[in-house]
Amino acid sequence: MKLKKILPQILTLLFIILVFGFFTMNAQENMGARGLEFGFGFLKTQASFDIQFSLIDYDGSHSYARAYLVGLLNTLLVAFIGIILATLLGAIVGVARLSPNYLIRKTAAFYIEFFRNIPLLLQIFFWYFAALRALPMLEDAPMLLNSSFMTIKGLYTPAPIWTNFDVFFTTIIIAMIIIFFFTRYAKRKQEQEGKRLPVFFISLAIFICLPLLTFLIGGVDLSWSYPVIRQMSQSSYTFDGGLKIPPELIALTLALTLYTATFIAENVRAGIQGIGKGQKEAAASIGLTPNQVLKLVIMPQALRIIIPPTTNQYLNLTKNSSLAAAIAYPDLVLVFAGTAMMQTGRAIEIVGITMATYLTISLGISLLMNWYNKRIAIKEK
Amino acid sequence: MSINKFNILKSNHHKNRNISLILGVLFFSVGIIDFYLNNYFNTNITSFLPRIFNFFTPLIFGVIGLHLIRIEFSGIKILDSLNKNINTTNFNAALSVSIILLIIFGLPPLLNWLIIDANFAGDSKEACTGGGACWVYIKVWFNRFMYGMYPNAEQWRVNVTFIAVLVFMAAGFFVPAKLKNYLSLYYTLILPIISFILIYFIISGGSFGLVWVETGAWGGLSLTFMVSFFSLIFCFPLGMMLALGRRSDLPIVKYSSLSFIEFWRGVPLITVLFMSAVMFPMFLPDGTYVDKLIRVVVAITLFEAAYTAEVIRGGLQALPRGQYDAAKSLGMGYWRMHVFVILPQALKLVIPGIANTFLALIKDTPLIFVVGLLELVGMLNLAKTNPKWLGFSMEGYVFAGIIFWIICYSMSKYSQKLELKYKTDR
Repeated sequence: MKLKKILPQILTLLFIILVFGFFTMNAQENMGARGLEFGFGFLKTQASFDIQFSLIDYDGSHSYARAYLVGLLNTLLVAFIGIILATLLGAIVGVARLSPNYLIRKTAAFYIEFFRNIPLLLQIFFWYFAALRALPMLEDAPMLLNSSFMTIKGLYTPAPIWTNFDVFFTTIIIAMIIIFFFTRYAKRKQEQEGKRLPVFFISLAIFICLPLLTFLIGGVDLSWSYPVIRQMSQSSYTFDGGLKIPPELIALTLALTLYTATFIAENVRAGIQGIGKGQKEAAASIGLTPNQVLKLVIMPQALRIIIPPTTNQYLNLTKNSSLAAAIAYPDLVLVFAGTAMMQTGRAIEIVGITMATYLTISLGISLLMNWYNKRIAIKEK
Repeated sequence: MSINKFNILKSNHHKNRNISLILGVLFFSVGIIDFYLNNYFNTNITSFLPRIFNFFTPLIFGVIGLHLIRIEFSGIKILDSLNKNINTTNFNAALSVSIILLIIFGLPPLLNWLIIDANFAGDSKEACTGGGACWVYIKVWFNRFMYGMYPNAEQWRVNVTFIAVLVFMAAGFFVPAKLKNYLSLYYTLILPIISFILIYFIISGGSFGLVWVETGAWGGLSLTFMVSFFSLIFCFPLGMMLALGRRSDLPIVKYSSLSFIEFWRGVPLITVLFMSAVMFPMFLPDGTYVDKLIRVVVAITLFEAAYTAEVIRGGLQALPRGQYDAAKSLGMGYWRMHVFVILPQALKLVIPGIANTFLALIKDTPLIFVVGLLELVGMLNLAKTNPKWLGFSMEGYVFAGIIFWIICYSMSKYSQKLELKYKTDR
């Protein structure tokens, strides 16, 4: 009986050790033959390649570690924008899918079935190579909203110029902390006295008023730098000032948003449908208003169904953002596993670091999710 | 009803019915016609109105029209169902009108581009004179999109192999009842071997008088099918083992399966393909060369096996404990219990999940361009850069989009049907 338990485990262990041993041995031999030594020292050396789009200061004289950071930040930027937009779009489409209006329902269903069944890579290529290439040249671009230009080279928008931004930012954080404690206080008060405070409006007022106050007394100021077209030579133009959003970022965000939103919409629909009609009727019968029914009865239960698969979609979006490499948006994969690897030839270390980064993000979010799931799970008696 | 709150001009009364009906239809038509003329004939019939309204006139007229015809229990069947479906409140009416206007705005140009102004005849770029799509481009490049760089004269070999594999796959449905027990064995072991032999000898060639065609020349849609077919077939048994391993009581087996699954699920496919392209050769003894296609199939198999394992685990968990207890009480061991009692039931439950995994797999195959294999999307990008055919990327992507959409949509509908069919109430 004991042998039956131990033998399979020993065999598994042996198999794993053999495979890893075989690979490590070969890797050592191969790297030795190429005069490479395993190690991460190369991260400190000068990268000497340029990156088109970067959120932090970077040029060729910085190190590979800095290039890695640039790539990572670009990946996180796309993931962050994509997640926010996909959530908004997904929630709207998911609700529209259940609308009593036939046209709305069918449009939502059409959108979902259309974008879900086309490979994401194809969509990215479509937006980048076909749709965005049809935009006007710099000099012909019409002005949008009196400030921005949508051109073939990207979107030029006004850039905010802050003075004393840190004061403003600190106030926002302080406002959030105040709101957090206020919400707790309001909840306790309701439990004790049965009185409901208008939590939402007061929170909103705090959130808007406190930062606005800094403009008056904190010395914070905001002005805009508008993009202005300038002719460089006979046929070449450029924009001075403003903020340039590269077309790669637009295409990638657009494709990721439209693709992921279809899945989120289906999750939202399933969540709302998953709640029994009795819940709504019971809530209405004890005298809750329709808004209260939605806020206090439907949403808390629907979110319990919606959130776990939606987090999965967020993870997928983050992982799918690596397709950026296909249209040369400088994300982690392109910058690090592409350019940096070509230059250094350190395949094992670089692919290893790249995978480990994605793995960390994924596992981190998974752990967070498990914790959250445990917290909101219905406590059965 | 809450609808009544919004009805300012109450038109419930029978006497007023016809007047408001006529007025409503009139307003609605004016809105639609105004929008239509505005868009396609550049004339504005409502220009006498103040400028600020002008942009919204079609919407405002449409909503007023729908508001007027919103009559409860009008006695006209069509009107009642119209009101019930698209016209319950003013807000709903506004949404409906917006969608109708959007269709008027978008559909005719789209149809013009796709069909009416498009060019179908001819076989060179010069034949494309109309303003629409140039389907000649697709026609000329069709063979490349389907078969990649595979020599034109040899393409029948790909067709023959695909038909043969399909026949062998279908054969499973017609076996006599006596052999039904061996069906899973057939699909997981014998069919892959047969297909591999067929592909190796017919598509790859090199013997029986067939010319050798290297895997680098394979491509197009046929490569998409080949990669996804083999990855699916191989990832299934592996995923099953991993799922069983993850539910095992033995700690080493359990945690090694768990870490394997979590590892592959945590990384993007593109890095896995990078790994197979640049990192994997470093792990092999010097001088061994594994074909690029095989490396890709192995990489995708390992990747998808992790997802399949999670799907199968879902099926295993859905089985009630009683099934395990009953099997054990009959004196069955671990393997006999799983092979004869647990897996047959669990696998039936996970068929839709497997179909979804396969769908994701097909949508992921275009990624193999990172290692230099060109399936349909990769071929499009290659054709796009051909100096003779510059400027037709839109047609190419639309074509590929339609093909992938048909494949994926029909599969997802089929898997939904299966889900209903295999639903067993417990």
